[in-house]
Amino acid sequence: MSQPRGWKELPIGAVPFRLSTDYKTGDWRALRPVVDMNKCVKCMLCWIFCPDMAIIWDGEKILVNYDYCKGCGICAHECPVKAIDMVPEPSE
Amino acid sequence: MTEAVTPKIPLEKQKLLTVNGDEAVAWAAKQSLVDVVAAYPITPQTIIVEKFSEFVANGEVHTEFVPVESEHSAMSACVGAAAAGARAFTATAANGLALMWEILYIAASLRLPIVLAVANRALSAPINIHCDHSDAMGMRDSGWVQLFVENVQEAYDTTIQAFRIGEDERVLLPVAVNLDGFFLSHTLENIHILPDEAVHEFLGGYRKVPKVKVDYFEEEVPLMLNPARPLSFGPLDLYDYYFEHKMHQIEAMKRVPEVVREVNEEWYALTGRRYGDGVLVPYEVEDADVIVTVLGSTAGTVRHIVKKLRGEGKKVGMVRIRMFRPFPHKELAEILKGTKVVGVMDRAISFGSYGPSFLEINTALYDLKEKPLLVNYVYGLGGRDAPPALIEKMFEELLRDAEKGFVEKKLRFLGVRE
Repeated sequence: MSQPRGWKELPIGAVPFRLSTDYKTGDWRALRPVVDMNKCVKCMLCWIFCPDMAIIWDGEKILVNYDYCKGCGICAHECPVKAIDMVPEPSE
Repeated sequence: MTEAVTPKIPLEKQKLLTVNGDEAVAWAAKQSLVDVVAAYPITPQTIIVEKFSEFVANGEVHTEFVPVESEHSAMSACVGAAAAGARAFTATAANGLALMWEILYIAASLRLPIVLAVANRALSAPINIHCDHSDAMGMRDSGWVQLFVENVQEAYDTTIQAFRIGEDERVLLPVAVNLDGFFLSHTLENIHILPDEAVHEFLGGYRKVPKVKVDYFEEEVPLMLNPARPLSFGPLDLYDYYFEHKMHQIEAMKRVPEVVREVNEEWYALTGRRYGDGVLVPYEVEDADVIVTVLGSTAGTVRHIVKKLRGEGKKVGMVRIRMFRPFPHKELAEILKGTKVVGVMDRAISFGSYGPSFLEINTALYDLKEKPLLVNYVYGLGGRDAPPALIEKMFEELLRDAEKGFVEKKLRFLGVRE
């Protein structure tokens, strides 16, 4: 991120000047979902329930977009075969 | 006095209409090419939307009429419509305005030039349907431009002007047109209205949406909801940018007076009618020892008494405050600076403090080297009448204060029983 802008440089109406995708919400996360593909039955419930569209199906396996995953744990909660573990992020 | 000019639309080309204040506002909205009206009925505003819904039912307007389930929804629907680029209008009063409260702030901060007619009415409890300004004063900090009219003709004129003022690129703020409940809303008056085309031309046709620059588009894009050029309206804005966005509103408010004055003059050239400089309407203020300030329809009675007292050789005058937000501190101080006593009439009170316009005028006069004495008259709460005899009594008191050179009681209640 560059220098925060002053009010004279901002568009009126408080509309954001950048795309919401530029705002990486992944750093809100305390727990990260880790998928065990050996247990996964590819039902895609995690993909359906993820409120941040952070679950990605690459054609073979489930991936998590850690740029936007806030670590809410809904995917792990919904997984019928307990293939997703919520693992603490390393505290730095 | 400047020389009278022949208006572009002379009086004989204007249509004479016998209407009450509410109907006058409805006629103004009808001619203003309003795209969306979302409203909920409440006395004494009801006739505005009732009349307007007739225009819709008769196919006389293209407007999308949304009969919502509350005033909160009325203002919300107007916000949505205006964010989509529409010209939006609604009307309310008293408790209805109070229910709109949180959305008023949203309309202003998203810079949506919605026009709202407020038929001023006392807030509950006890429940009361009659006029005072407690409703309008509740929204004074919401970021809206607030105009107060004196008569039915002005209610019509100002409603049309409000669209021009709010949509001006220097302003882009919502505008509230305040007309006194019953005294204006339900009182018949002969007014002159313009031909439709003249109003359309005055407004420049349909609403034009301003453009903004965001990083993710090369070109400037219209400030509106449009899937082809997406913008987000009203997302989270924390300590990092909220303050900067408030500066936009502060700066926009600074530019309002010049626009109100321009529109007032342009209206004068078009119709032959204007209201002071659009911001303040002074009457007999030069050489006055006592000046009374007032908002709304009471100004008619005050003017009548000023005329009478002037006939008796008493040096009294009046300033009607037409624009309450933004408040014309400097301009008012300029008018009041030479006088001995200023009586500030407020049809509302901030409990535990003074009347709202008294606080403003106190602020306006603070920097003067020689300050006039200042008295606050709170009057007319809940529609209590302010007849000529009562106004005259107030002037007599103020003239005595001017003679004595000091004020014993700063806050006085006019027309209340002990």
